[in-house]
Amino acid sequence: MRSVQALAVAVLSVLTISDVSRAAEPKSGGIFRIYHRDSPGSASIHEGATYSLNVPFMPIFNNLVIFDQHIAQNSASTIRPELAESWAWSADNKTLTFKLRKDVKWHDGKPFTAADVKCTFDMLMGKSQQKFRQNPRKSWYDQVDEVTTNGDDEASFKLKRPQPALLSLLASGYSPVYPCHVSPAEMRTKPVGTGPFKFVEFKANESIKLTKNPDYFKKGLPYLDGIEFTIIPNRSTAILGFVSGKFDMTFPTEVSIPLLKDVKSQDPKAVCVVEPNNVSTNIIINSTAPPFDNLDIRRALALALDRKAFIQIMFEGQGDIGGTMEPAPDGLWAMPKDMLEQIPGYGPDIEKNREEARKLMQKAGYGPDKHLQIKVSTRNIAVYRDPAIILIDQIKSIYIDAELDVVDTAQWFPKIARKDYSLGLNLTGNAVDEPDQSFYENYACGSERNYTNYCNKDIEKLFDQQSEETNLDKRKKLVWEIDKKLQEDVARPIIFHARTGTCWKPYVKNVTIMSNSSYNGYRYEDVWLDQ
Amino acid sequence: MFAYIVRRLFLMLVTLFGISVIIFVLLRVVPGNIVDILFDAAGFVDPADKANLERELGLSQPIVIQYLHWIGGLLHGDLGYSYVSEKPALEEILPRIPITARLAGLALLFSASIGIPLGVISAVHQGSKLDYALRVVSLSGLSLPSFWLGLLILMASVSLFGTMPIFNPNPKTWLEALTIYAVPAMAVGFRSAALTMRITRSSMLEILRQDYIRTARAKGASEASVNYHHALKNAVLPVITVIGIEAAFLIGGLIVTETVFNIPGIARFLVEALRWRDYPIVQNLVMFIAVVVVVVNFIVDMLYAAIDPRIRFGD
Repeated sequence: MRSVQALAVAVLSVLTISDVSRAAEPKSGGIFRIYHRDSPGSASIHEGATYSLNVPFMPIFNNLVIFDQHIAQNSASTIRPELAESWAWSADNKTLTFKLRKDVKWHDGKPFTAADVKCTFDMLMGKSQQKFRQNPRKSWYDQVDEVTTNGDDEASFKLKRPQPALLSLLASGYSPVYPCHVSPAEMRTKPVGTGPFKFVEFKANESIKLTKNPDYFKKGLPYLDGIEFTIIPNRSTAILGFVSGKFDMTFPTEVSIPLLKDVKSQDPKAVCVVEPNNVSTNIIINSTAPPFDNLDIRRALALALDRKAFIQIMFEGQGDIGGTMEPAPDGLWAMPKDMLEQIPGYGPDIEKNREEARKLMQKAGYGPDKHLQIKVSTRNIAVYRDPAIILIDQIKSIYIDAELDVVDTAQWFPKIARKDYSLGLNLTGNAVDEPDQSFYENYACGSERNYTNYCNKDIEKLFDQQSEETNLDKRKKLVWEIDKKLQEDVARPIIFHARTGTCWKPYVKNVTIMSNSSYNGYRYEDVWLDQ
Repeated sequence: MFAYIVRRLFLMLVTLFGISVIIFVLLRVVPGNIVDILFDAAGFVDPADKANLERELGLSQPIVIQYLHWIGGLLHGDLGYSYVSEKPALEEILPRIPITARLAGLALLFSASIGIPLGVISAVHQGSKLDYALRVVSLSGLSLPSFWLGLLILMASVSLFGTMPIFNPNPKTWLEALTIYAVPAMAVGFRSAALTMRITRSSMLEILRQDYIRTARAKGASEASVNYHHALKNAVLPVITVIGIEAAFLIGGLIVTETVFNIPGIARFLVEALRWRDYPIVQNLVMFIAVVVVVVNFIVDMLYAAIDPRIRFGD
C-alpha cells in the first residue's frame, strides 16, 4: 500500500513538474495591452527627455549595447551586446570599438551598417547636416571626439580622454541607433528601427500601436504579436481599466504606494512590484539673491529637514534617504550609511539638527519674533506639490514662514532660468545610475540643467578625476567624496529618493522593472502572455 | 424675416471675427510657447536651436502677420500644422469631431428626453410626494460634479460587472458601441437634464395658471390635452432657450467627461493642445466651437418662430 502511495506521489510530482515546465515554456501570440500616462510629444527617443517616450518606443529600436533586460539593477556588468556582437577598449582607454552584427535590417528592409551608427552619434554630437529639433543629451557625448567606421561592420568611438562611463550611457534606453536614410522629422512621427516591434500608428492623446517584427534578427523573438498603449491621463480611470482587465499592465513605475493598496485589494492576483526609480526630490535654492545668498540660512534649511517624515507621509515609509546618487542597495554609487550620517542634516536626531538650524537663523537675524517670509515655488503636479507642502510645514520650525507658489509647467523652467524664485521644490530623474550623467548634468558650472548655477571649480576637477578613473573601487570612493561635498555645500539638498509601483496580470511573463533607472527596461522582446 | 436673417448672418460674421481676434491674442498673451515647453522640459537649451525652431514655426513673426497668415489659411481651408504631431491640423481635428458630436448629441437628447417629461410630471403633480422626489433628483443633478459622477459610474461598473465602459474605437457589438457613448452622455447630460427639468417645471406652473388653461378645462378638454397640447406647447419656449445655452456650455462638461471616460474627442484634445501651446490646434478648435455655438444660437432663434407663430422677427 505504501509503495502504491509513493508511486502516486511520484507520478503526481512528475505531472506537476511537467505542468510547471510547460507553463514556463514561452507562448507566442497575443497583444500586450498597457495604459500610457500621457501623450508623448513625439516618437523620437533622442529628442525627448521623459520616459513617456522610452516606454512605448524603445521596443522599436536596438542599441549597440543594452542593460540586461532581466536584471533589475543596471550596472557595467549587466551590459549585453545588441546591434554590436562585441566591444573592446583600446589599451589607452580612449577608443571603444564595436563589431557589428551583419544580419540586421531596418523595418523598411534596408540593411543596418556601421554608417547608421556614425550618423546617429554624429547627429547627437551636432556634427551632421541633419539636426534634431532638440537634442537634450548632447552633453553625454562631450568626451567623444569622433565616431569612425571600418567597413560596414565596425564602428569606433574615439574619446578625448578615457571615459569608462560611455559604455553605460550607450546601454541606456536613451541611446538607440537611428537609420541614416530616415530624417529626424520622420523619426518623430513614423519611427523606423531594427527592434522587435514595428511602428504601426501613434494617435496623439489616444493610442500607440506596435506590431511584431517578423524579421527580427533574434530568431524566434518577439513572442508577442504586438503592443498597444492606450493613453489615459486620468489615473483613476487607468487603474480601474487595469483592475477590470482592459489592460495587462499598468504604466511602469506609475502606481503610487497608496494606489498600490487599492489595486491589490481589487485585484488580489495582480503581480505588483515596488522599486526605486532613481528620481530624487530635492530643493533648488536661489543663492544669487537674499535671503539664500547667506550660507548660514542655506545650512539652516538643510538642517531643518526631517526626511523620514516626508517618506512616511508620502510613501508610507517606502522611500530612501541618500545623497545625489541613488541610495543602496539598488543604487551602485551610494555613500555608506555612516558617511551619509556625518553630513549636517542627515543625522538621526532631528530636534538636535533643528536646534542648530535655529541658532544659524538667529545668527542671520531671524528668530521667534522675526520670521523669514519666502515663497516655495513648484510645478502644478501632485508629486511636486505634496512634498512642497510638507517642506513648508517643516521649515516653520526654524522661523521660516513660506507660501506655496504653484507654477504652470510651461512656466516652470523659464521661471527657474530667470532666477525668479527663492526656494523651489524639484524632481531630478537619472536615466543611468552613473555619476558622469548625474554630476555633469546637474552640478557642473554652466550646465543647462544646473538650475541653481552652483559652481565649484574644485569639485568640478573631482568630476573629471572620477570620470577618467578606470579602477571601480577608486572611482566609487571619489564619487562618495564628491556627493558628500555637494550635500555639505547645500548645492541642491536631496530630500528623498522615491519608490513607485508597477502591476501586471499574472499571465504576463518576463517583465522586469529596473531598480535604478526608469528609462532602460522596455525592449519587451521576450515578454509573453501565458493565456 | 429675410432682412432679419441677413442681419443675423452679418452679426454672426462680426462675432466670429471678434472671437478669432480674442482667441489669437489671448493665446499669445499666455506666457510660454511650444518652443519653451519642448526645450525647457528637456533641460539643455541651445539659444540658437531655440530661435531656429521659433523661426521654423513662424513664431518669430509679428503677431499681426501671424494672425493674417492664420485667417488667410482658414479661409482657404488650410488650418496649418500641429506643432506637436507635425500633422495637418485638419487631419488631427476632423476625426475627433464625430466622437464629440455623438457624445454631445446623446447628452442633449438625454437631457431633453428626461428633463422635459419629468418637469411636466413634477408641475402637474405640484406638492405631491412625486414632485418632491423629482425635485430632489433635479437638485442632485445640479449639485453633483460630472467628473465625480463619471468616476462613480466607472467604479460601480467595475465592481458590479467586472468591466468598464471606456472608449473603444472598434466596439465588437452594437451594445458595446451604445454603452461607450450612452454612459458618458448620461454622466454629462444629468446636469442638463436637471436644469431642463426645473425650467420646464417652473414654466409649466406659470402656464397652468393662465386663463386660457382654465377655459380649456371648462370646455371639457382632457387633462392630457390640457397639459401636453395647451400648456407644454407654450411652456417649451424657455426650455428651448436653456437647451440652446446648455449646448454651448456642454463643451466644459465634456472636457471632464472625455477625460474620465478616456474618450478621444475634441474637448480633451483641446486641453492637451493648450498644455502644449499647440496654437494651430487650439485656435482652430476654439474657432470651430465658436461657430457651433453661434450657429446653434441662430437655430434656436429660428425655432422660436416655428414653434410660436406669434413671434415674427423684424416686424
